[in-house]
Amino acid sequence: MTTQSAMAAPYTHSMFNVSRTMIAVMTCLFPATAHGLYHFGWPAVMLFAVTVLSAILCEALCLILSGRPVLRFSMDGSATLTGWLVAMTLPPWAPWWIGALGAVIAIVLGKHVFGGLGQNLFNPAMVARAVLLVALPVQMTTWVAPMAPADGPGFIEALAITFGGLPTPDAISGATVLSDVQSQLDAGRSLSEIGLSFATAEAQFFGAVPGSLGETSAFLLLLGGLALALLRIIRIILPVAVLGSLAALAGIAHLVNPEEFVPPVFHLATGSAMFCAFFIATDYVTAPMTALGKAIYGCGIGSLIFIIRTWGAFPEGVAFAVLLMNACVPLIDTYTRPRIFGRTRKGAPLPLEDR
Amino acid sequence: MSFSLAHLMNPTGLFALNGGIHPQGRKFLTADAAIEAMPLPSLIRLPLRQHIGAQAEPLVKRGDEVLKGQMIARARGSVSAHVHAPTSGRVIAVGYFAAPHPSGLPVPTVTIRPDGKDRWGPRLPRIHIEDASADEIATRAAEAGIVGMGGAGFPAAVKLHLGRKYDLDTLIINGAECEPYLTCDDRLMREHAEEVVDGAAIMAKALGVQRIIFGIESNKPEAIAAISRFRHALGYTISIKVLPTQYPMGSGNHLVKIITGRETPARALSAELGIVVHNTATAHAMHLAARYGEPSLSRVVTVSGRGVKTPRNLRVLVGTPVTEIIDHCGGLTGTEEQLLLGGPMMGFPIRSLRIPAIKSTSGILALTKAELRKSQAMPCIRCGSCVQACPSGLTPFEMNARIQADNLEGAVEIGLMDCIACGCCTFMCPSNIPLVQGFSYAKGRLAEKQSQEHQREETKRLAAARTAREEAIAAAKREAMAKRKAQMAEKKRREAEAKAAEGAAPGAAPEGAVK
Repeated sequence: MTTQSAMAAPYTHSMFNVSRTMIAVMTCLFPATAHGLYHFGWPAVMLFAVTVLSAILCEALCLILSGRPVLRFSMDGSATLTGWLVAMTLPPWAPWWIGALGAVIAIVLGKHVFGGLGQNLFNPAMVARAVLLVALPVQMTTWVAPMAPADGPGFIEALAITFGGLPTPDAISGATVLSDVQSQLDAGRSLSEIGLSFATAEAQFFGAVPGSLGETSAFLLLLGGLALALLRIIRIILPVAVLGSLAALAGIAHLVNPEEFVPPVFHLATGSAMFCAFFIATDYVTAPMTALGKAIYGCGIGSLIFIIRTWGAFPEGVAFAVLLMNACVPLIDTYTRPRIFGRTRKGAPLPLEDR
Repeated sequence: MSFSLAHLMNPTGLFALNGGIHPQGRKFLTADAAIEAMPLPSLIRLPLRQHIGAQAEPLVKRGDEVLKGQMIARARGSVSAHVHAPTSGRVIAVGYFAAPHPSGLPVPTVTIRPDGKDRWGPRLPRIHIEDASADEIATRAAEAGIVGMGGAGFPAAVKLHLGRKYDLDTLIINGAECEPYLTCDDRLMREHAEEVVDGAAIMAKALGVQRIIFGIESNKPEAIAAISRFRHALGYTISIKVLPTQYPMGSGNHLVKIITGRETPARALSAELGIVVHNTATAHAMHLAARYGEPSLSRVVTVSGRGVKTPRNLRVLVGTPVTEIIDHCGGLTGTEEQLLLGGPMMGFPIRSLRIPAIKSTSGILALTKAELRKSQAMPCIRCGSCVQACPSGLTPFEMNARIQADNLEGAVEIGLMDCIACGCCTFMCPSNIPLVQGFSYAKGRLAEKQSQEHQREETKRLAAARTAREEAIAAAKREAMAKRKAQMAEKKRREAEAKAAEGAAPGAAPEGAVK
């Protein structure tokens, strides 16, 4: 006789679980991350390690404080992924405490204050990014140009950069294309004078530009993102909505005034747009549940990215766009519930048709 | 048939169900095992409630000799079913015994010790189907004690009488068999196609419909081929709809939607659309009852799972203990973790191996650890898998959150009562949250609340009626009293008047009286 078990039907399962989802996301994130780590050298590796480890540590501490099973809950990979996502958005040569602080903000303020996994209203990685960007604008906008590993700092030098507070040498620091274009536009120059070319767009797309640790290669992010969609971990509607609305708005604006508005391809290829569309906006916890809801949410993010980039004070608006739309998710969810079988959208039983 | 663009683009209806899941079928374990009749068991236990509705009333007592096919319990009320002895033998007990039911609670059960002779009693009288009336056939289903053999066990006769009330046009035979592991309907259609089709035609006659459609999932090509060999019966031409292999294709209203394109309104019956759904095995039982006068005595059961030594399809007598069925299949391997009655999606655990298989038992499964869902739940990450999987368009995680917060009314608001308990949400949930279990709990709580409310209301009503009655009595008493008082007063007045009259003419009357 078998043991009596309290388990009820169904007795079979799709074998899909949270940790597998997290591992799949990390796998898809890996090419872009590797690209960043390779191009930005040892300091980036150290920053990445510090951020991820801090996130895991923070998670464990929070779980202990909230009296939950530490081992089981921290093994699901969600904290690792959050730390990873935070690290992706940081300037690659930022000092270690930026990474650690980002991880603490993401895990504690972004997640556990709301009640832990699944309870947070805002995307933890974007909370961290927004807070850091507002509080530490200098450290958060000190970029370095990508370089071949041979030209980069050695291990010891990297230790000095990440942990010793050695300032980034001027020679290799650079501005991101977004901030560069914005400051020049602010200075009154037109786009044709700035001289954006297809070559810049290509460099953007493949990641041969200064930028955040993991966001420079739009191509690899796109590749990883498509893999996620093929694995059915994310629904393709959401990234399509984000990128589509961003491209559409940018396209219209560019057609209206090509001297003032950058062409859509730059919007798609630069900065965090691709990263956000596939890896941030698609975060389960903070996105709406239905396809329609996801489409609305995605369009909101895309539009806000365009608005903030074009008229806002910050050159990059992804974090703010995502956070603003996060706040709308409960509302979107309420109005985009699926139609119940046998009922109208309003919830009344379907009328009996005349036969 | 309604026309829609989706039909045009998807002739096979690959995405016909909104939601739904594709669990591993694991039907290969028994799909090629021909139905085998199981030898007489040493004991037969017949629960008197093998169906939805009121339990049957026993007609036998301890020590009685019964014959095969003899009615041993009579249906009570309009929704109920007779129970017949599946073999000859002696009644050794009429009492309570653990039921094959999720609760495992005891129900009145008649226990028979077979004598091994399998002697038939008188069969049900012959009816000539070709000239039989609709009512005659439906009544025959009732006499034979046929209940829905797909799992729910709804008395078939009640559903066959629907033609009296509704204007019906279509009978759908449910051969979807979407539950993993189960192959009993598949084998029945392959091996007894002609009989199943005949049974369906007999049912169609009882319902007075013109169309018979078999809905069979695409993973049963042999069954489809077998049924299409016998497309004509009793003047009907049967059509076959090949359904995409998807769970829960066999859910009545979803099946109707996929086959006819018509969606049954919430809280309504598909009969209101003119459509009735019956199971394959029920059609076969109908055939036996109408053509041979055989009551519902046996059924095909799939015994499967990695925990069974030789999985197979058996025709077992109703009332055969599970333990004997498993022994006949070589016993358990010892690695089994969970024994189930029914399929793995909607079945329930077997708490004691001594419980019998009944008319609605489609499968007996012994699942090993690798085949089972893990039981440890993690927090919900709002991934929306459950929303995507729900064939009823619900938001399970949201309903679950409200139920956890004890907000049952809130859960009802977003559709708790439209949940068909198919388990798709729980199957998909990456956090292993027992969603559907929570919904069943909430439905139970609500039913309890409702019955309490009903009770309270009834008490109030009775109390009010009593007060009113007492008041009426008191009022009547008062009235009677007042009337009497008035009469007395009248009498007194008259006496007084008489006296006065007497006083006015003294001497006259008495004198006269004396005279």
